[in-house]
Amino acid sequence: MAIAEDVTILRTSSSGGRASRLPLRYALLSYGLMLLALLAMGLPMYWMVAAAFKENSEIYQIPVTWVPHAPTLENFGRAWRAAPFGRYYLNTIITTALGSGAEIVLATTSAYAFAFLRFPKKEWFFLLLLAALMVPDQVTILTNYLTIARLGWVDTYQGIIVPGAAVAYGTFLLRQTFLSLPREVLDAARVDGAGHLRTLWSVVIPLSRPALVTFGLISIVAKWNNFLWPLVATNTQEMRVLPIGIYRLLDQEGTTQWGTVMAGTIFVVLPVLIVFLWAQKHIVEGIAAGAVKG
Amino acid sequence: MLNRSRSISASEYREWLLFILLVGPNLLLFGVFTFWPLIYNAYLSFVQWDMISPVKVWVGPSNYRAMFADPSFKQVLFNTFYFTGVSVLLTTVLGLGAALLLNQPLRGRNGVRAVLFAPTVLSGAAIGIVWIYIFDPRYGLLDAMLGWFGANSPAWLTNPRWAMPAVIIVYVWKNIGYSVVIFLAGLQGIPRELYEAARVDGASAWQRFRYVTLPGLSPVMFFLVLTGFLSSFQAFDIIKTMTDGGPVDATNTLIYYLYEQGFIGFNAGRAGVAAVLLFGMMLAFTMVQMRYTERRVTYA
Repeated sequence: MAIAEDVTILRTSSSGGRASRLPLRYALLSYGLMLLALLAMGLPMYWMVAAAFKENSEIYQIPVTWVPHAPTLENFGRAWRAAPFGRYYLNTIITTALGSGAEIVLATTSAYAFAFLRFPKKEWFFLLLLAALMVPDQVTILTNYLTIARLGWVDTYQGIIVPGAAVAYGTFLLRQTFLSLPREVLDAARVDGAGHLRTLWSVVIPLSRPALVTFGLISIVAKWNNFLWPLVATNTQEMRVLPIGIYRLLDQEGTTQWGTVMAGTIFVVLPVLIVFLWAQKHIVEGIAAGAVKG
Repeated sequence: MLNRSRSISASEYREWLLFILLVGPNLLLFGVFTFWPLIYNAYLSFVQWDMISPVKVWVGPSNYRAMFADPSFKQVLFNTFYFTGVSVLLTTVLGLGAALLLNQPLRGRNGVRAVLFAPTVLSGAAIGIVWIYIFDPRYGLLDAMLGWFGANSPAWLTNPRWAMPAVIIVYVWKNIGYSVVIFLAGLQGIPRELYEAARVDGASAWQRFRYVTLPGLSPVMFFLVLTGFLSSFQAFDIIKTMTDGGPVDATNTLIYYLYEQGFIGFNAGRAGVAAVLLFGMMLAFTMVQMRYTERRVTYA
């Protein structure tokens, strides 16, 4: 073995104090690949941000520029004026908050019932929930549109929120969490005379906070980005949500103003990106937990 | 646990009422917005209806017959499998590669992992729009990069040959972080002792990968392939924003077709057929996969 390969890269892993070694040639290759992955994934996002700060003339300049010559905020103002973004934000916040709120409440109560209540034919109801998990929202858009049309809910908040409020996945996830709580604590609550609702509220929920936060975050991100259902359930600009609203920037006559459009997409993705960076660990772990622990 | 007596005690009755209170709303919503649509969709697939007139005309299986005879619908089915197959393959292979890379003791790997994962939480519609600009044949990022190699961009989104690859690139770009995270969790679950034992037995790096890593990851890979198929059958926002199913149906997949027939063409019968097929495909896929993997997957 060549001497060069014995030179080691030392790194202290975040979990413990263990130092690891990789042969140099191998380490160089690995870092090269890592840089490649970083560029492939990061450049498109950088391109969006750079364009949002470029002056109009610079965007159509050839060859392309990598760093804005004279960074400007003009595009953001232009985007905000070109479409009713204030209204889009309001609609998105309302439908996300109420939609996720409903999901969290329904998942918590259902999970409690399936975990701790005893009643006849419980398995049957659980199977129903399992079956619901296998029907994706996309398949039901046509019929659900007809349903909300009959209810007079087209272009309303309840029309956007209610059909997507039931939750199967979250019920499973939380039921698992609830079942893994220490039995002694639950028994103690019962001995102290707490009924089911009391136990749920003051014992089960506080003890399951990490799982609830994780599920809540995943639900919020999903509702914020929801596209197909709000697209068919609404038809006026006043009721559009952000992901559909930005579309309007593209529809403008003639050539698309890319700087303005990129500023608009930043309006849409920035809140979620901030939530993600702030709660990355929760979101990533929650998503992995659903998959790996079988 | 089984109570064979017919009479229900007071406490049982109370639990039953509480159950209705706690689970009832959830199940009611599922009934109205999940199970009922399946039945109603099936019914709609046998009628002719413009979604406006009060009359629905029962036409039997003729919607199905007409669609399967229609070359543009054949194109839709082909597109669906093209899109799904290639994106699942790419997210799995590239995701595994990236996870193996990031599983090593490298500086900055957590940061890279975050950058890889970030697109999965962002709006697909916003991402689609950003990529229209990246694909722009004159001012786009991709054209600038191809220029380094003396190549020119094809007109990605307006050329029927390149539109589907373009959409797949974006879909894979958005979803790869998910595979990476799941694969990384799977890799962490493989016992270190297995690697040490293999090393003692003189196994090469390739042999360790082939006989320890791959079998150890097979349940995870099964999960990823399955969920990958199910979610790409439903991929809509990227296709809608980037191509609107075009050019000339080149990116028109089953879910887009369902939307187009129902909400642009007001053809409830055809949309119903698309919904029935989409659901049937997903169900069949889940079942075949489950049966197949019962035998093949090694559960660690």
